[in-house]
Amino acid sequence: MPGDVLVMGAVAYDPKVVTIWEGFRRWLTEAGLPFDFVLYSHYERQVADLVAGSIDAAWNSPLAWVRSVRLAGASGRTVRSAVMRDTDQDLTSVVVVRADSGIEAVADLKGRTLATGAVDSPQATLLPLSFLRAQGLDTEGDLTVRRFDVGVGLHGDHIGGERDAARALMAGQVDAACMIDGNHLLFSQEGVLPSGATRVLAQTPVYDHCTMTLVDTAPAELADRFVDLLLSMSYGDPVVRPLLDLEGLRQWRVGRTSGFGPLTTAVDEQGFYGADGSVLAAGYRP
Amino acid sequence: MTPPAALVDLDRLGFDAGAHLLVRRGLREVPIGGRLRVRGDDPALGVHLRAWCRAEGHGFSVDPDGGYDVVRGEAEQLRWAGAERAGDPSPQGVVRRPPAHWGLAARGALVEAGGPAPGFDVADRDVVWADLAPRLYAHAAAAQWDPATAVDWTIPEPLPADIEAAVVQVMTYLVENEQAALVIPARLLARVHPHFREVLQLLAVQAADEARHMEVFTRRALLTGGQMGTSSAGGRESLNSLLNEADFSLASFLLSVLGEGSFLSLLGFIDEHAPDPVTRQVTRLARVDEARHVAFGVAHLEHEGQLDPTLRGRLRAAVERRHDVLVDTAGLNADVFDSLVVLAAGEWTPEAIARGHRAVQRLHGTMDDGRRQRLQRLGFPDDEAAELSALHTRNFM
Repeated sequence: MPGDVLVMGAVAYDPKVVTIWEGFRRWLTEAGLPFDFVLYSHYERQVADLVAGSIDAAWNSPLAWVRSVRLAGASGRTVRSAVMRDTDQDLTSVVVVRADSGIEAVADLKGRTLATGAVDSPQATLLPLSFLRAQGLDTEGDLTVRRFDVGVGLHGDHIGGERDAARALMAGQVDAACMIDGNHLLFSQEGVLPSGATRVLAQTPVYDHCTMTLVDTAPAELADRFVDLLLSMSYGDPVVRPLLDLEGLRQWRVGRTSGFGPLTTAVDEQGFYGADGSVLAAGYRP
Repeated sequence: MTPPAALVDLDRLGFDAGAHLLVRRGLREVPIGGRLRVRGDDPALGVHLRAWCRAEGHGFSVDPDGGYDVVRGEAEQLRWAGAERAGDPSPQGVVRRPPAHWGLAARGALVEAGGPAPGFDVADRDVVWADLAPRLYAHAAAAQWDPATAVDWTIPEPLPADIEAAVVQVMTYLVENEQAALVIPARLLARVHPHFREVLQLLAVQAADEARHMEVFTRRALLTGGQMGTSSAGGRESLNSLLNEADFSLASFLLSVLGEGSFLSLLGFIDEHAPDPVTRQVTRLARVDEARHVAFGVAHLEHEGQLDPTLRGRLRAAVERRHDVLVDTAGLNADVFDSLVVLAAGEWTPEAIARGHRAVQRLHGTMDDGRRQRLQRLGFPDDEAAELSALHTRNFM
């Protein structure tokens, strides 16, 4: 019966999503919460279903959070950022150039080609482009943007686009590449970006990433219990620890909205979503 | 603000070259919630340290005076909070019943809580262990030999055709037995809890021994270009009954104490009567290995018998059960029996055949004596040992 079970949506950007949420489902159920989850192939449908009340919660990308707020507002509903991973707070993105490129400042990117992630990647496309604009660069007139559209609809969860952008930088096909700080570390360790071959030209201010979004139509008691249980998960618990490792967190934290400002700005600047949550981005086909 | 408790200077070392090792080491020196200042000249240090700290659950901030402050998180401590040592690495540290979740962890390792609990069903020290196991393994490892070089594979002059045929038949029979003797420890091996490391090692070497024996006996059989000999249904039935014994102790008893024990006598007999040097060498090499297998079987059953008064009853029942299963089978391949007589005779005169026949009768006696002695070591009184030995399969193994 609707309302008897808290239903959460998750985007299946990787097979591990099934392992993670099957494991969490078992743990939550054993803790007394009637809980189920459904998988989506991209974020746009998940957000639409959340606001329509088909699901109670959505494990949302930051971009999906922005759209949830707008769609909810347009239909008289409200959503809240309930919990986040510790690893979702205070992230940055970087713009990387080849060490020998002679590009010393953001202004030197004029007339150059910049590689980004997929059209809907917050960390490798929307946020860094917005950041560069704030640094005085006209990202449409001053430079050529070359997007690496891998996993469109997954809001940058698939890092293939960032990796391709990094490879293009090393191959000399582009002059600069955008990526999240953690992927710069990963690509450096993998050797995709050889030691000493690149330089971080610029780093964005901090922003927040994914958030567990609850809609106001969710059964309140179950929703609160869900949040409490997630926050109670301990990295010291050997049952959930492997799942937390897989999901990339050590601790769930109370959700906040203070870190979504830069992305909201980017969405408006680039006309990605309308004020009512409609999808406006040209060429975006999840 | 409290002053930083520690400082790590990375110099030019970057996170793409192992800087996290120094940071992690530095963090171990500060308490949970304590601060570590990190300095360094790698241009990407700030980007990488921030990302690393986030992924590892540590706090991160930029220090206005240069460098960075890392606040030690509790994730690593939490990961190991419920960890336990999987016993003690020395053989003296073997525990009675290692828990399943120690699984494949090295004995004595610090085992993170959680993880799989593999179903190693032979997980009682007293069922598998023998204090002799570590020494026997060391001996077994040192005694491995290479079939290619340990045997001189030249036969000085061809044997008479029917003597050669007898050798081929006996070798064929030995291969059949060795195959069973390989499969049985290999099956047991997969069931023994790895905590009993020396037992696993010993069983693995035992299987490897049998693999070598299969090779050298086959090679001797085919050395003169002929075909392998015969394999009787009754012989295979007898060996098959060994494969069906699921209990570790009983399987070990039937195979090692009774079967391989009798086999020792047989190999000694072939060594004594071998008509050519290659047959003698391969038999002698195999016999040394088999003696070790028997020693382990007897040692661990002795150990178990001292702790479990019901063991002898179960051993007796196993012999009787196997006898009952095999009572309607022919047992030893008649071709094998005849070939042994021919080998011991060495020529085709009535006197020689009679001599060979007597030698094979003596072999039966020797096998019986050996089995009785070993049964007595396991605590069976003389009369019961004689009775059980007599019930042992006519197939020797």
